[in-house]
Amino acid sequence: MHAELKSIIRRVLGVVPAGHSFLIDRHSATVRVSHWINAVCLLFLLMSGLQIFNAHPALYWGKSSDFDHPILSLTARNGPQGLVGVTQIGSRQFDTTGILGASDEDGVRMARGFPAWATLPGPQWLAMGRLWHFAFAWLFAINGVLFWIYAFARGHAGRDLMPTGGDIRHLGREILDHLRLKFPKGEAARRYNALQKLAYVAVIFGLGPLVVLTGLTMSPTMDSAFPALLWIFAGRQSARTIHFICAFSFLGFFVVHIVMVMLSGTWNNLRSMITGRYAIEDHDG
Amino acid sequence: MADDRRRFLTRSAAVAAAALLSGCSGLSEKKWVSDALSEVENLTRRAQRLFAGRQALAPEFTKADIAPVFRANGTLDPASDDYRAHAAKDFRDWRVEVGGLVERPLSLSMEALRAMPSRTQITRHDCVEGWSCIGEWKGTPLRLVLAEARPRNDARYVAFFCADNMAEEGVPAQYYYESLDLVEATHPQTLLAYELNGQALPIEHGAPVRLRAERQLGYKMAKYIQRIEIVADLGSFGGGRGGYWEDQGYSWYAGI
Repeated sequence: MHAELKSIIRRVLGVVPAGHSFLIDRHSATVRVSHWINAVCLLFLLMSGLQIFNAHPALYWGKSSDFDHPILSLTARNGPQGLVGVTQIGSRQFDTTGILGASDEDGVRMARGFPAWATLPGPQWLAMGRLWHFAFAWLFAINGVLFWIYAFARGHAGRDLMPTGGDIRHLGREILDHLRLKFPKGEAARRYNALQKLAYVAVIFGLGPLVVLTGLTMSPTMDSAFPALLWIFAGRQSARTIHFICAFSFLGFFVVHIVMVMLSGTWNNLRSMITGRYAIEDHDG
Repeated sequence: MADDRRRFLTRSAAVAAAALLSGCSGLSEKKWVSDALSEVENLTRRAQRLFAGRQALAPEFTKADIAPVFRANGTLDPASDDYRAHAAKDFRDWRVEVGGLVERPLSLSMEALRAMPSRTQITRHDCVEGWSCIGEWKGTPLRLVLAEARPRNDARYVAFFCADNMAEEGVPAQYYYESLDLVEATHPQTLLAYELNGQALPIEHGAPVRLRAERQLGYKMAKYIQRIEIVADLGSFGGGRGGYWEDQGYSWYAGI
């Protein structure tokens, strides 16, 4: 156990591999460039998206807004000690003062959905939030489409991303290994493991297109060009809600991704996504 | 050697991330940044026009979809004496002037507007803030009014000048205004609307006549319209960006 803990700490700090290892070419230049463009896009899109959300911090289901029955709302009301932030999910209310509904902007408590540190720009500024959001939405979508083309044209999707039958059969053991923070070594470390593949496929071919399409569904002009979008997502306000859920799914993916990067070797992973070179331990240590 | 490089890269990454985060809000203040980002608007407009063309109609809904209370936004009750006087007389003497680059300037009474062929449509109103409301609008297709006024060959935009003053008391008046290009202005669903849900247009929704441009966001749909001007460019009136909210930094193209 002691040795196990030591090896985890070594991986997080980046001092791996400790023993004999060899370097392989892990990520192609296309994957690396595409990855970092995505990282920047997601940061800008998430923060500017929260800015846009703050202009009307409530979500609905259906074609239009039933103002009395939001699925989620972040509002403020006056309390004895000033503004109280109220998060309402369905009919349940939670006091979220300081973070959601009401939070401090330059030391002054303000009624705002998400706090200033999470939005771009910080202060309430819808017009600017929209400019940032649409600029990076274009970059994100173009980058995504180019990556798709690359992934299929160069066999990256079939070779590296799609889970194999073996992957699926060993999924149980894979999950246990992940929970014990045991990661593949030797030959097995050359490929993505089954959980990695599933996560990447879900994000690249599921979440990515879903967030773009629900975003487009919110555009009245796109609805006139492709009315089917409204049918697929059950209306504009539903699309807005799904878009919001997608955004937080990306955030969830990001958090898990960062934790896994660190637990499986911060420096080794980071280097492989910058220079392409990845070190593999060639024996069980 | 590897350690040095590692430390250098880690540090550079940390510095870059910190600069990025603290710099973002500052960047928003820079004119060149907002100008560069605004260029994207043209790309969006071209791409959307490519898909939607001139004629694609905004989805229309059924009576069952109509919102019990249609939310009003922006000016809810223009304060000027002139407007109040019109309201007191049920807008009987209200006129919509149509001028600018036209061969035949018009001065339309509400009666004349109502006498023209009308269109009734149940559509979704999308506010830039994010909410939507569905209502039934009746009005005169703008293209019929334009056809009557006969725009000259150099006409490119249609501007709408309104009776609601957006400025606070004590500062020079700033009347709401908006503009559409000819594609959106001659779209079949673009109306000078005078009825909402079968009733005369309520004051909070722009009585007696407002614009409906169903493929655009709410702020394009000027209320309390008094004058329509056909122009060749957007720079020569108002703040020069084609609309009240555009002058505050919102995109002129509001199809998204």
